[in-house]
Amino acid sequence: MSETENNSSEVNEVDIDAIYRESEIQDVLDRLDAELVGLVPVKTRIREIAALLLVDKLRRQLDLTAGNPSMHMSFTGNPGTGKTTVAMRMADILHRLGYVRQGHLVAVTRDDLVGQYIGHTAPKTREVLKKAMGGVLFIDEAYYLYKPENERDYGAESIEILLQVMENQRDDLVVILAGYKDRMDKFFESNPGMSSRIAHHIDFPNYNPAELVQIAKLMLAESNYRMSAEAEEVFAQYVVKRMEMPNFANARSIRNALDRARLRQANRLFNSRGRMLTRVDLMTIEAEDFLKSRIFAEGAEDNSQDGE
Amino acid sequence: MITNPTGRITQGQFSFLPDLTDEQISAQIKWALAHDWAVSIEYTDDPHPRNTYWEMFGLPMFDLKDPAAILMEINEARKTFPNHYIRVMAFNSTRGVESPAMSFIVNRPPNEPGFGLVREEGQGREIRYSFHSYATDKPEGERY
Repeated sequence: MSETENNSSEVNEVDIDAIYRESEIQDVLDRLDAELVGLVPVKTRIREIAALLLVDKLRRQLDLTAGNPSMHMSFTGNPGTGKTTVAMRMADILHRLGYVRQGHLVAVTRDDLVGQYIGHTAPKTREVLKKAMGGVLFIDEAYYLYKPENERDYGAESIEILLQVMENQRDDLVVILAGYKDRMDKFFESNPGMSSRIAHHIDFPNYNPAELVQIAKLMLAESNYRMSAEAEEVFAQYVVKRMEMPNFANARSIRNALDRARLRQANRLFNSRGRMLTRVDLMTIEAEDFLKSRIFAEGAEDNSQDGE
Repeated sequence: MITNPTGRITQGQFSFLPDLTDEQISAQIKWALAHDWAVSIEYTDDPHPRNTYWEMFGLPMFDLKDPAAILMEINEARKTFPNHYIRVMAFNSTRGVESPAMSFIVNRPPNEPGFGLVREEGQGREIRYSFHSYATDKPEGERY
């Protein structure tokens, strides 16, 4: 007894800082903070996962059991709330923490998993699973896999294989299911096996107007554009109006709005031929580029599909 | 065979060594994947050394990143053909090379009866020699 105690006292200290720096996890978390606006619950959960994996690493150094925790996740949230973007980061984070070996992301939908005739589904699903091994398999709109109204649908077969691999080979790959909240809930209800094998159910909240404006600024900065102060104010109003309209898809709608603003800016510059354009002119999006939007044209017609 | 007292057939890489463990197989496959070689699995129950083309088990596996995927497939093959020879091949598709770069056996029958020497008398006192695998006396699928 005393001998074992001596042994353990020799190495009962580990340097959490060293491991932390080595994994460069701070770098990823910082980038997550800088590049993803809002999403507080998501970031908290990622931080928790990172901490857990880090502590497990330390425990292993001290020969304490560190069971490989299940890392399968489900991302639920409205369109455009950043599910795919976070999944991409997740692969990177899990790789840095040594949970997955390669750290690549394979994004698939129903079409990639489910075959068209008997005997087609199993090889197809296995093919995708094999490609994702050592990394993260991201299944977008996962609820399409299960079609209760058609009992001969091959989706169930695919789910079965998925479940088997998720259970038996969790060291080899991480599965992330994503989709809209209500439909994912229904999907899990009808596939309790799937729900219980997923350790992390993360819900992506909608953005508030201030966050959306900030996202817009980040998007513009990425492509070397910027808004004039006036334009920013107008855009804030635009966002509020756009949010009330149907088919609002959070950040995706913002991206579309910006694309159209760039179109109008180009048109405006084109029409101002005859004078020299400066670098600033080419970079700046003015208020009028937003004001021409159909949303500001009285009473915003509801028939617009994408809020032009 | 006299030159191979263990009676195990020796084809491809590592065949004079004890069987590779799954870990060692993974390490070899990792090497192949790191070189962008397409890995495939083949099986046969005809151990003759000139039997070059074995049956393919599934398709060659392209675009894989991790050996775990191929190990999964190997285990599948072992389950299907527990008493066959199974080998893993890595194909180098670089222009001008285009040939197998690795090939090693990952599964063999528990009992390998080996080869007999067949002497065929020809014209005059000429004698032609050939190998004959005792296993191939039985029909395909029932050997071993």
